Amino acid sequence: MTRATLHALLSHWWRSPLQLFTLLAGLALATALWSGVQAVNAEARASYRAASTTLGEGSYDRLARRDGQPIDLTTYVALRRAGWLVSPVITGRMNDVRIIGVEPLTAPGSMGVAEMAQGADIAGFIAGQGQLFGSADVAARLPDFDVIISENAAPNTAVTDIAVAQRILGRPDEIDSLVVAPVQPIRQDDLAQVAPDLIRQRAQQTTDTAQLTDSFHLNLTAFGLLSFAVGIFIVNGAIGLAFEQRRPVIRTLRALGVPLRRLMLLMAAELMIFAVIAGALGVLLGYMIAALLLPDVAATLRGLYGADVSGTLQLRPSWWASGLAIALGGTAVAATGALWKLAKMPLLAAAQKRALAMAAGRRAAAQAMIATLLLTVCVILCVTAQGLIAGFALLACLLIGAALALPFILDRALAFASRGARSVVTQWFWADTRQQLPGLSLALMALLLAMAANVGVSTMVSSFRTTFTGFLEQRLTSELYVDTADPAQATAFVAYATPLVDAVLPIMFSQTTIADQPTEIYGTRDHATYRDNWQMLSAAPDLWDTTFAGETILLNEQLARRGGLSVGDYVTVQGREMAIAGIYGDYGNPIGQAIIAEALFKEMYPEITPDRFGLRIAPERVPDFIAVLSAQTDISAAQTINQAGIKALSLAIFERTFTVTTALNILTLAVAGFAILMSLLTLAAMRVPQLAPAWAMGMTRAQLGRLELLRAVLLAMLTAVVALPLGLALAWALLSVVNVAAFGWKLPMYLFPMDYARLGVFALLAAALAALWPARRLARTPPADLLKVFSNER
Amino acid sequence: MNVKALILCALPFMAHAQGFAGLGTEVEGFSVPQPNPIFTFPTDHGPHNDYRIEWWYLTANLAGADGTDYGLQWTLFRSALAPEEGAGWTAPQLWMGHAAVTTPDAHYVSERLGRGGIGQAGVTADPFVAWIDDWELSGDWNTLAMSASGADFAYDMDLTAQGPLVFHGDAGFSVKSAEGQASYYYSQPYFDVAGVLALPTGDVPVTGSAWLDREWSSQPLGENQTGWDWFSLSFSDGAKLMGFRLQQTDGAHFTAATWIAADGATTAMEDGAFIAVPLDENAQGVPVRWQVTLPAHDVDVTVTAINDNAWMTTSVPYWEGPVRVTGSHQGRGYLEMTGYE
Amino acid sequence: MLTVENIHKTYATADGPFAVLRGISLGLSAGETLALTGESGSGKSTLLHIIGGLDTADQGRVLLDDTDIAALDDDGRAAIRRGSIGVVFQQFNLIPSLKIVDNIAFQARLAGRYDPAWAATLAERMGLTSQLNKYPEQLSGGQQQRVAIARTLAPKPRLVLADEPTGNLDEETAAIVMDLILELIRETQAGLLMVTHSQALAARMQRRVHLRAGQIA
Repeated sequence: MTRATLHALLSHWWRSPLQLFTLLAGLALATALWSGVQAVNAEARASYRAASTTLGEGSYDRLARRDGQPIDLTTYVALRRAGWLVSPVITGRMNDVRIIGVEPLTAPGSMGVAEMAQGADIAGFIAGQGQLFGSADVAARLPDFDVIISENAAPNTAVTDIAVAQRILGRPDEIDSLVVAPVQPIRQDDLAQVAPDLIRQRAQQTTDTAQLTDSFHLNLTAFGLLSFAVGIFIVNGAIGLAFEQRRPVIRTLRALGVPLRRLMLLMAAELMIFAVIAGALGVLLGYMIAALLLPDVAATLRGLYGADVSGTLQLRPSWWASGLAIALGGTAVAATGALWKLAKMPLLAAAQKRALAMAAGRRAAAQAMIATLLLTVCVILCVTAQGLIAGFALLACLLIGAALALPFILDRALAFASRGARSVVTQWFWADTRQQLPGLSLALMALLLAMAANVGVSTMVSSFRTTFTGFLEQRLTSELYVDTADPAQATAFVAYATPLVDAVLPIMFSQTTIADQPTEIYGTRDHATYRDNWQMLSAAPDLWDTTFAGETILLNEQLARRGGLSVGDYVTVQGREMAIAGIYGDYGNPIGQAIIAEALFKEMYPEITPDRFGLRIAPERVPDFIAVLSAQTDISAAQTINQAGIKALSLAIFERTFTVTTALNILTLAVAGFAILMSLLTLAAMRVPQLAPAWAMGMTRAQLGRLELLRAVLLAMLTAVVALPLGLALAWALLSVVNVAAFGWKLPMYLFPMDYARLGVFALLAAALAALWPARRLARTPPADLLKVFSNER
Repeated sequence: MNVKALILCALPFMAHAQGFAGLGTEVEGFSVPQPNPIFTFPTDHGPHNDYRIEWWYLTANLAGADGTDYGLQWTLFRSALAPEEGAGWTAPQLWMGHAAVTTPDAHYVSERLGRGGIGQAGVTADPFVAWIDDWELSGDWNTLAMSASGADFAYDMDLTAQGPLVFHGDAGFSVKSAEGQASYYYSQPYFDVAGVLALPTGDVPVTGSAWLDREWSSQPLGENQTGWDWFSLSFSDGAKLMGFRLQQTDGAHFTAATWIAADGATTAMEDGAFIAVPLDENAQGVPVRWQVTLPAHDVDVTVTAINDNAWMTTSVPYWEGPVRVTGSHQGRGYLEMTGYE
Repeated sequence: MLTVENIHKTYATADGPFAVLRGISLGLSAGETLALTGESGSGKSTLLHIIGGLDTADQGRVLLDDTDIAALDDDGRAAIRRGSIGVVFQQFNLIPSLKIVDNIAFQARLAGRYDPAWAATLAERMGLTSQLNKYPEQLSGGQQQRVAIARTLAPKPRLVLADEPTGNLDEETAAIVMDLILELIRETQAGLLMVTHSQALAARMQRRVHLRAGQIA
């Protein structure tokens, strides 16, 4: 019995390969979209994590020679003997692999060396036998070396003992820099005495970039969630259709004596097998998508960190697992509903049509109710949401609510349109479109979500970019930054540079606490640089005059938010009450920041002298100035930062972020287009009986085909009209709720009408393309088939 | 004896891979201690690179002007990857320093690692200097200067020997297991100490006595030995006792001891003569009160930690701290326990 | 062989409860043929469905030999449907994705009594031999009905239920199909209970029961 039944069930697919294809392709595409986004995200994170653990050096202070020359061994030993806990590092390149030589016995813990060496032959590592630790691609590029493959290794980087590195780089006894352990003994000799030619370089302020990367990942994660939602809609649609089409067969099988339970089990098994096949295909497809996108992501992260990020993708077992889980889970969720409906389906077909119509009506009503409920929750969350969970809950309510409301909205819109219809044909067109709505609603929901996701994410990314560009202009106004080593050098530098440049702006700050929040307070010189470039989120009149007069204070947004402060409130700084004159956006900074006048700062913190300076100078003079500075003073080029470079780098990063987002946008749209194609193809067969009367009454098949196409485009257009506000709401939620929850700052939202218009055109194009084939098929339906409707129907 | 220093082998990475049991494995190419040794000084105060492990291990019982008890540790371990000295980065000698100060309610620890061959750490015999980074122990063994520092403490001490060197086991050949594993082992237990402890609470001038151990070997533990409890006790009548108990995987123990009479005469005690029984454990499960008996010399004392929490948070963690002795004899001493983490 | 006792069935409708069957009792022995006639809505299809285990009665018993079909659960009725009873539906209810040969064999396979020789005989007698590798949609209505009949008879059921088996056929074809059914029924010694509007068809049955308003007239 099982074999016969299975044969009957499966024969359906061999007879309708197109349906099988749509089912498998739908499942595979949904899985692909999900796993592709996940893969990009996971790989980017993994690369970044590996990079940051192996290259943990960046988070430590370093000692380096003023003249940039290598440090000799004697200096290192002298420092150790003087109580300085420093560890030597040498870096270089070989076969395009970054070689990092470290001294494992003295390297600070989180440099990750000991972790790598664990379980390996430490004698081999340390005794100069030449072991290197690196990823598989490194091993491939260094075939002549004993490379131990390490999961945690940063891409394109090999870590080895300093002795080995010195040997293979051909630089015996040379040290590039000394990493300073964060905890030093309570007594040690002065650096200037032990190693007068070394200067201490402060640890990289990695927080800025870390926040940026996190924000970027959040962006991708949100996209992943949306693509998952789109995917689930598609899976649900594909499975729902598969069941719907086989409804009569199921009834026959049961009438012929196949027990219901057996039938359910067989169908479930059949679906799960399909899900596994489609899921596997989807994971591979997703992998390919990710592999195509990854170079951009890698480039983005490489830009952010200046560190190597693997440009190649590893097919990790976890993706197989999560991809298949999504396919199986999505199928199970969709199939459970369909199977349940089948189980409840009466064996006898009598009086079904009406019952079905009633059930459909009830379902539509329930959907509208749930949609209303979710959107209400959404409105409440808009006002009350705090924290990431609430932020994501808001997103979920918004998207699902809107998707469920779509059929209702479209139905109303079509009803409204039909009222204006004059001719018989238009009347028929509107009525017929309405009738077709339930069958297309899942596909249209997918399109809605895809478009909304596109609008939302591209608005977010573009707003991010616009804001950040402005922010960089504001913060990196000075053309050149100079770090001095000690107060004497600082004084000499100011005396030297002041007559040569337009302005020397000291940068000095202290850690303090304002409104119970850890805060960096900056003393700022009265200069047009600040007055002209800094943009306030909210400001009192004459804020710069009062602030530079030492009467008021400016806070960054993070501090104002966390302290519940706004302009006009008073805060206490070093025992002094000051009014807040302005609040400024400070993107990518985790902690509070405040600005007061330079004179007031000096009064409050007499012990702090500036050692960093921003220089205003014509940009084209910068390279020459650096050259002259390092030639005429003891300040090396390494102590200067050309801000034009920083700005260019930062902007490049966002260009690349944008590329990835655009690629993903196109992909989601393609998937939504596929969903429409699938639905239309499936409906086409059912459409024949509906279209036959129109044909019989004198409309040509070509005319009917054109109307079909028009209908798809019209529905897509209506969906687009709903998608735009939804996408904007989504962007708003991402920028004003999720980002605030995640990072403590709100991104201003900018609108990009041209982008939306382009997106709308794409969506219509996708819908039209999807409708083209079914419409052509319909237009070519043999008249005999249309006639059958009349002859064969009961 | 200071079996403790076997930790050396357990440099951070190796400990994970092998644990203390690794100290029981045989390594080819290294020399093995032989009975009836003949020591030559000052040469033998220096390193023996053809042996796998070696240490210079000093513990001191100190007191402040107000009578507060302090404990102090200064240790330098040598661990060889190969039985040769070598020069430069590739030298196979690795060094590890442990320094600690124990007060009745605090325990300060610092650890340093370094490689030989580049001058960061090492020992020379003549003149005698043992160093790692800024830590140093130097002098002619009649007088020694000693210093160390950490993130929250530092000290400088001057030591003056008040008696002769003491040789453990059979004239310095100290057997560690029934299978015959052994080490060379001698001590200078007669140092008077004076110096200053720099603590977070301020500088404390202290005086007291110190015990310096020298030991080297290549395979000091039996393969079934996992840790040890080691005692160095100085009694008020001038006698001293060094005893240790090695833990075996079968739950049994191997013990050995050296009785140093008030006149300096030493007696090596066979396995079983020295008995140490744990009485109380601290919160961590480390025994911090012991019943120690040596019936042959009428010793029956209770050994109590001055600070229960003298846990060494080093690469390989262990317990090491000053103790108070009461019972048949009164006195001070040091206790070390490994294999409890 | 078949005993129907006091069957009652009431449907809920928009206008309140509607009693379709009001105490039907009848019997049928092996090899016997019975025509069930009556107006539309007289309850004859419902009675057929209840006997076939496709529907359940509110009251009464349907005994096939000693088994009370009405008292069985869903699985039990499914077992009776595939094992002992064959139903010829008015709408044919062929499986569109299976070839004719597989459609004919289908129920016999379900029942575990597939006899290729008998199936071939049936196909030949029904004039379907040249159609075996086609799909149902490629056949005319009469041919499809013959496939449905062959499928029903392939497992040699003890009882054949037919609901207007020739209702979709023209008179001539209907007569040929009916001849075949009766001939095969005689050969397999199955009982035949046939719902029909046609007086001509009813006349060819051994017995005839007329339903009026849910009761035997």
